Amino acid sequence: MTSDRQEAAPLVELREATKVYGSGPAAVHALAGVNLAIGEGEFVAIMGPSGSGKSTAMNIIGCLDTPTAGEYRFKGIAVGQLSRNQRTLLRRHFLGFVFQGFNLLARTTAVENVELPLIYRGMAPAERRRLALGALRRVGLEGREHHTSSELSGGQQQRVAIARAIVTDPAVLLADEPTGNLDTKTSREIMELVATLNRDQGITVIMVTHETDIAAYARRAIRFLDGRVESDVPRREAA
Amino acid sequence: MLFEAIKLARQTIQRNALRSFLTILGVVIGVAAVIAMVTIGNGTTAKVTADLAKLGTNLLFARPGQFGPGRASTDAKPFNMNDVDALKSQLLDVRAVAPVAQKSVKVVYRAENRTTIVTGTDNDYFVTGDWLLAAGRQFLEGEIRGGRAACIIGQTVREKLFGYADPIGQNLRVGNVSCEVIGLLETKGQSSTGLDQDDTVLLPLRAFHRRIAGNTDVGTILVSAKDGIDTAKVQVDIERLLRERRHISPGAEDDFSVRDMKQLVQTTVGTTTVLTGLLGAVAAVSLLVGGIGIMNIMLVSVTERTREIGIRLAIGALESQVLTQFLVEAVVLSLFGGLIGILLGLGLAWVTTTGLNVPFLIDPTIVLIAFGFSALVGVIFGYFPARRAAGLDPIEALRHE
Ligand SMILES: Nc1ncnc2c1ncn2[C@@H]1O[C@H](COP(=O)(O)OP(=O)(O)OP(=O)(O)O)[C@@H](O)[C@H]1O
Ligand SMILES: [Mg+2]
Repeated sequence: MTSDRQEAAPLVELREATKVYGSGPAAVHALAGVNLAIGEGEFVAIMGPSGSGKSTAMNIIGCLDTPTAGEYRFKGIAVGQLSRNQRTLLRRHFLGFVFQGFNLLARTTAVENVELPLIYRGMAPAERRRLALGALRRVGLEGREHHTSSELSGGQQQRVAIARAIVTDPAVLLADEPTGNLDTKTSREIMELVATLNRDQGITVIMVTHETDIAAYARRAIRFLDGRVESDVPRREAA
Repeated sequence: MLFEAIKLARQTIQRNALRSFLTILGVVIGVAAVIAMVTIGNGTTAKVTADLAKLGTNLLFARPGQFGPGRASTDAKPFNMNDVDALKSQLLDVRAVAPVAQKSVKVVYRAENRTTIVTGTDNDYFVTGDWLLAAGRQFLEGEIRGGRAACIIGQTVREKLFGYADPIGQNLRVGNVSCEVIGLLETKGQSSTGLDQDDTVLLPLRAFHRRIAGNTDVGTILVSAKDGIDTAKVQVDIERLLRERRHISPGAEDDFSVRDMKQLVQTTVGTTTVLTGLLGAVAAVSLLVGGIGIMNIMLVSVTERTREIGIRLAIGALESQVLTQFLVEAVVLSLFGGLIGILLGLGLAWVTTTGLNVPFLIDPTIVLIAFGFSALVGVIFGYFPARRAAGLDPIEALRHE
């Protein structure tokens, strides 16, 4: 990101966002005043030690959760004011999720997994199938469309999960430790794929990771510590 | 969306085939019970109604003594032939008045023998009982007056004693009396109480009195009213005449009773209705139990699939869509149970009606009601688990193990 490029309202913006679990002396401040802005087309890695609030921040950015105090705006919309169903509609239309540990539906084929978000958009079966097969092709899973999750390797499952996340052409791809369960070689393949999606299709990618070499694929690294942003640096030379 | 939900429900049920089957057993049993008993009930009623028509709707009968609930049989004076003659000559609006005196007697033809009901009567019996002759003739005037032993036999007696031989003109021994077979009755089959009506031998009353009974008692008098005549009026006439003949002082109770056959059959049908209601209650309880079974398994299913629900909610399923999915699953389960129950019930009813020799009549209304009720059970008992699934927090659900 070059600073001379003028941007409209950022895609994602956290202002003094806090998240408190529990109350009284036992309260946990998972987020303790986070300020953060991410623009369209960025590729951001979120890093930090365990318990520093990375997942909490991702849940808020992904409109799955709302901050206890402070503000979260997505595309300029104050998400905290929205109802549960309205947040669901935001997720449905703008967000793609790649969860840690894949989270595919068991005993369901790859293509059916990828079709899932389209079902809830009320898309006709034939159109759905076409898009799902296209997404699987984009992640390099031709020939595996009709295998169930248990018949796929870890890397292949993660590809299915990515296909499911991008099949709706989301504005933002959110990935919480997408390579957490994968070996180095497979991790690299997955990251190449994510980087390509970001570069060629302009999908904004926000990714949580522990590993520096994985974070190196991103062009900006945000480091969390104790519920705050500790550092926020661009990494142009990476990848 | 609904179509998707149904497809998904079908998949889930198939994957847990055994569990699903056990879950719906309650509904299956409830529905099967309702369908079976209503179908059997309909068949029985149809049979009774048909029998009623066969009896002739205008049939009345008189018996000595009071009978009915709570009354022991009395040693009231029996009727005799004079009573019958009086009724025959004095009753208006009747087609026939037949005396009936019966005894269980052994009948023998050559080497074959059989104990059967022997009835002493006259030709009016053919009218009151709606009997037709398959062969031979009715009694002649001379046979009735002279008490000559001529007899008319039913199909069962013919079959057991004569086989395929022609019985007309043969001599049959009834008790100690030898008599010529002059007629063969058309078959009637079982009565509504399950008696074989064809297992019978008819004799002229006088011959029966002299040679079989050894007395002149008439056990029952059958009266067939003319078509379009109110049987209640005929009943009053019979009662008045018999009271007169039996010298019953005004105010005293009858020592005989006159019944309308139709009333009697209706009482029987009424008993069936009470029974139907009782079984209906049993069915309702088992549907309730079935519904609770479905609720239980749906709750288990929601817990098991918490992660799946989390994924669905996270990637854009609205609460209402998840609610619909689980509700549809419960309804598909219970409808499936209902369907199996209907088939099972009809099967049971078919076996039973065939066994009871009553018609097998499917009532489409009750089938539809049963189907509707099973859907309702699914909706009612599936709602709470579905509500719970839809209300899950996606973050928590995704973290669920
Ligand atoms: N539902 C919850 N209830 C109570 N405390 C919670 C809840 N979720 C998170 N926390 C707490 O909030 C803090 C931040 O958690 P979070 O999951 O965001 O950490 P993280 O940075 O993602 O860690 P990791 O790298 O281990 O995934 C932790 O101390 C955690 O215990
Ligand atoms: Mg985490």
